[in-house]
Amino acid sequence: MMENLITIKIEDRSGASQDIIVPTDVSLSLMEILKASEYDILATCGGMALCATCHIEIVKGLENLAIPEDQELDMLDTLPDADENSRLSCQIRLNQNNNGLAIKIKGSSEE
Amino acid sequence: MISTDICIIGAGPVGLFAVFEAGLLKMRCHLIDALPQIGGQLSEIYPHKPIYDIPGHPTITAQQLIDKQMEQIAPFNPTFTLGERVNELQKQKDESFIISGSLGTTIHCKVVVIAGGLGCFEPRKPDIGNLKDYEEEYVHYMIRQPEKFRDQRIVIAGGGDSALDWTIFLSDIAKEITLVHRSDSFRGSPDSVEKVFNLARNGKINLLLSHKLVQLNGTNHLQNIALSDLNKEEILINADHFIPLYGLSPKLGPIADWDLIIDKNAIEVNTTDYSTNIDRVYAIGDINTYPGKLKLILCGYHEAALMVQSAFKFVYPERKLSFKYTTVNGVNAF
Repeated sequence: MMENLITIKIEDRSGASQDIIVPTDVSLSLMEILKASEYDILATCGGMALCATCHIEIVKGLENLAIPEDQELDMLDTLPDADENSRLSCQIRLNQNNNGLAIKIKGSSEE
Repeated sequence: MISTDICIIGAGPVGLFAVFEAGLLKMRCHLIDALPQIGGQLSEIYPHKPIYDIPGHPTITAQQLIDKQMEQIAPFNPTFTLGERVNELQKQKDESFIISGSLGTTIHCKVVVIAGGLGCFEPRKPDIGNLKDYEEEYVHYMIRQPEKFRDQRIVIAGGGDSALDWTIFLSDIAKEITLVHRSDSFRGSPDSVEKVFNLARNGKINLLLSHKLVQLNGTNHLQNIALSDLNKEEILINADHFIPLYGLSPKLGPIADWDLIIDKNAIEVNTTDYSTNIDRVYAIGDINTYPGKLKLILCGYHEAALMVQSAFKFVYPERKLSFKYTTVNGVNAF
């Protein structure tokens, strides 16, 4: 693996799965990376942990992510379909330790 | 009926700045907002958070910015309808509009400016079987008349403060309350959490932690709700009413049905003047979209300034617009 690049596995709402290569030296949240990779994510609030439309399930590699802050946990707690592997992708920043992360997109794609 | 030159939908920072820019051109504004106070998400969601990218303010809290903007537009005497969502937009014969709100307010205006930010905050709905079948009468996303639940069997779902607080409040009114939460603890205020646990210990409420909603059942009316625990074992709880309280999520709301061109929850605009596909209707701030759009307050300010230059011709069709600086002309109150 090249320096500053990691591979993550993404499963979309239809169940289709693909690996994408992500640079870790950019200051983008995982939500922004998903949007840039043309995944259909509303991210209505623009990354402030307010709308939960960027809700994802961590399938593999949860332990390598930074612990969520209160605001994210509060929002996740209000969601009807969240569980212990749920995160808001707008609150996640990736680094070299996250190589091999696998996620599933959960947030609603429409109004 | 309220009558004005420009009706601004949304009283956040961009809507407020549009009042200023319109005021410089002697156009009067009325603002309508679904929230009960002025300031949009800045006042509602993060009033104490510092903002660092407002020109001239190395740092300013969200609420301070709103307060300063209110001071700035005071000379132009804007009027407000708060706590009311816009429902309908009706074009009149003379090309003006009548906007009607959810509580019956009507506003007659020559120009409409949508500065609605994220939209209006609406209840988040759980994805469970048969929800729609019972929505009209037996599912309640907010509680307007608690008395409706007197001597009824109710199931409340959710783990936030509103679920806790309504469980506590309704425990004296309802015949039977079951509070369902998908995890085994609550993040709500410790005081409310303690009260709920006490009510459960004293048998006043039925508390089901680590349970998921499966579906609503009943013929003609709601009779019971199926839930499952961590082992996927199903149980049925008898219920007359279901109250899911999963917080609020921003939605475009009725604006989505106004025949505007909408792309991913945002209104497409022409960047020459931030006009929409409907004549005399503009969209500025976070609610619009165009190539290169950045959801920044300062971009919304810029859009407001350009928008009023274009809106002027609809408010004063007989007059010629001449561009003037505030350094030359000052701010002339009306």
